[in-house]
Amino acid sequence: MAQPSIELVDVNKWFGTFHVLKDINLSVDAGERVVICGPSGSGKSTVVRCINRLEEHQKGVIRLDGRELTNDPASVASIQGDVGMVFQQFNLFPHLSVLENLVLGPMKARGLSREEAETPARHYLERVRIPEQANKKPSELSGGQQQRVAIARSLCMEPKVLLFDEPTSALDPEMISEVLDVMVELAEEGMTMVVVTHEMGFARKVADKMVFMDEGEIVEQSAPEAFFANPQTERCRKFLSQILQH
Amino acid sequence: MMKPFLLLSTLLLLAGCSSNGTWGWYVINPTTASGWTNIKFLVSGMGNTILISVIAAAISIVVGLVVALPGQSSKRGWRIVNRVYVEFIRSIPLLPMLFWVFYGLPIIFKSMGLNIPIDPFWGAIITLAISDSAFTAEIYRSGIQSIAKGQKEAAQTIGLNYIQTMRYVILPQAIRRILPPLANQFIYIVKMSAFASVIGMQELTRRANELVVTEYRPLEIYTLLIVEYLILVLIISAGVRWLERKMGSDERV
Repeated sequence: MAQPSIELVDVNKWFGTFHVLKDINLSVDAGERVVICGPSGSGKSTVVRCINRLEEHQKGVIRLDGRELTNDPASVASIQGDVGMVFQQFNLFPHLSVLENLVLGPMKARGLSREEAETPARHYLERVRIPEQANKKPSELSGGQQQRVAIARSLCMEPKVLLFDEPTSALDPEMISEVLDVMVELAEEGMTMVVVTHEMGFARKVADKMVFMDEGEIVEQSAPEAFFANPQTERCRKFLSQILQH
Repeated sequence: MMKPFLLLSTLLLLAGCSSNGTWGWYVINPTTASGWTNIKFLVSGMGNTILISVIAAAISIVVGLVVALPGQSSKRGWRIVNRVYVEFIRSIPLLPMLFWVFYGLPIIFKSMGLNIPIDPFWGAIITLAISDSAFTAEIYRSGIQSIAKGQKEAAQTIGLNYIQTMRYVILPQAIRRILPPLANQFIYIVKMSAFASVIGMQELTRRANELVVTEYRPLEIYTLLIVEYLILVLIISAGVRWLERKMGSDERV
């Protein structure tokens, strides 16, 4: 059997005395799309933040392509290099132009020349459909455009896995679809993705696996058809009915 | 607000022009030979005041950053190093520190078998720089902390290490915010450099003191001294405002 791309085994995390992740077991195969949903405070963001070590887990094992994530700075650096992340608040660098945002990682972390870094950067800007904005500052773009730049910035590092932490939650409604369209395309091209989102339309379209979390636990884990048609637990049923109401 | 003040000060100065007034402007009257010589003597201290202030500020900006960075560490030991430095240095009044550096430090050097003389020039610069660095470090701290946590996280996720994150992401943004308080500190250094006069540094205040001793006209000479500092500080303020406009023009977050 092929090795999973991401593997979490009995992962536990506490913020002080607050038990935020309880025995999380999750495996993501290469090319698989996993959507994590759940009420706010359920720990879903913390799960993805543990996968790329923005947060440290205290118990259990996280492996990426078989390499265990430990405190060793070299291990953290090598894993962070392979895992891209798209944030709710975009987190673009406001003092740099769009193109500078894209080439910074490849040039400084990977040691590419400006030329080597700019060619793929322009290619990815085209893929997220904003090649003409390359020289603008992030603040001159709309929220949707900024998030697409953030996606392009992650892609420039050529990650094996892309994590999304509520990528559309900070966007005005009319801009959500332009970001989701880009994400659907990435999924169709076979990118391994873990997406924390409440966009259930997107989940139905691209997810290979649905994960429902509540109070720090994975309550349900199933294929999307089964997940939406026939949730197994009362908590999940209640959550779905609340967010699918409108 | 301004008008009555101007009127009052004009009257005060004019009062000095009458024969039995309390002012004796002749001492720095540029139309007489002796007055002009006195003015040249006083103003020639300006070069040293500027020089020690600029060098001290430059050192303070570097030392302040070196002190500020461990304060941001996740390791408690580093943060303690930062706190001890800041709390200790900023609790020492400038004048005692100046005496300690100028009269005390050479003795320490000698006991270590080193022959490093400390002249008034470097004594003043070291004291001003070290004393100021504690404040500069605190300014850096607030600047770095004002940059959203997401910036550091985003830098991490594109593979930047700590130094690269600071250099390319955090500090370029922080510097715009800390420029005004840093400029304030520079003005503070310029004013505090007057203390260097007590260890014999030939700067503005020292020159004024020396002339007062020979001319016995403290009111006029110290008035001119104050005006000299005023002009210096106004020029710095104008320069800072220009720099802020230049740097801030593209910051819209």
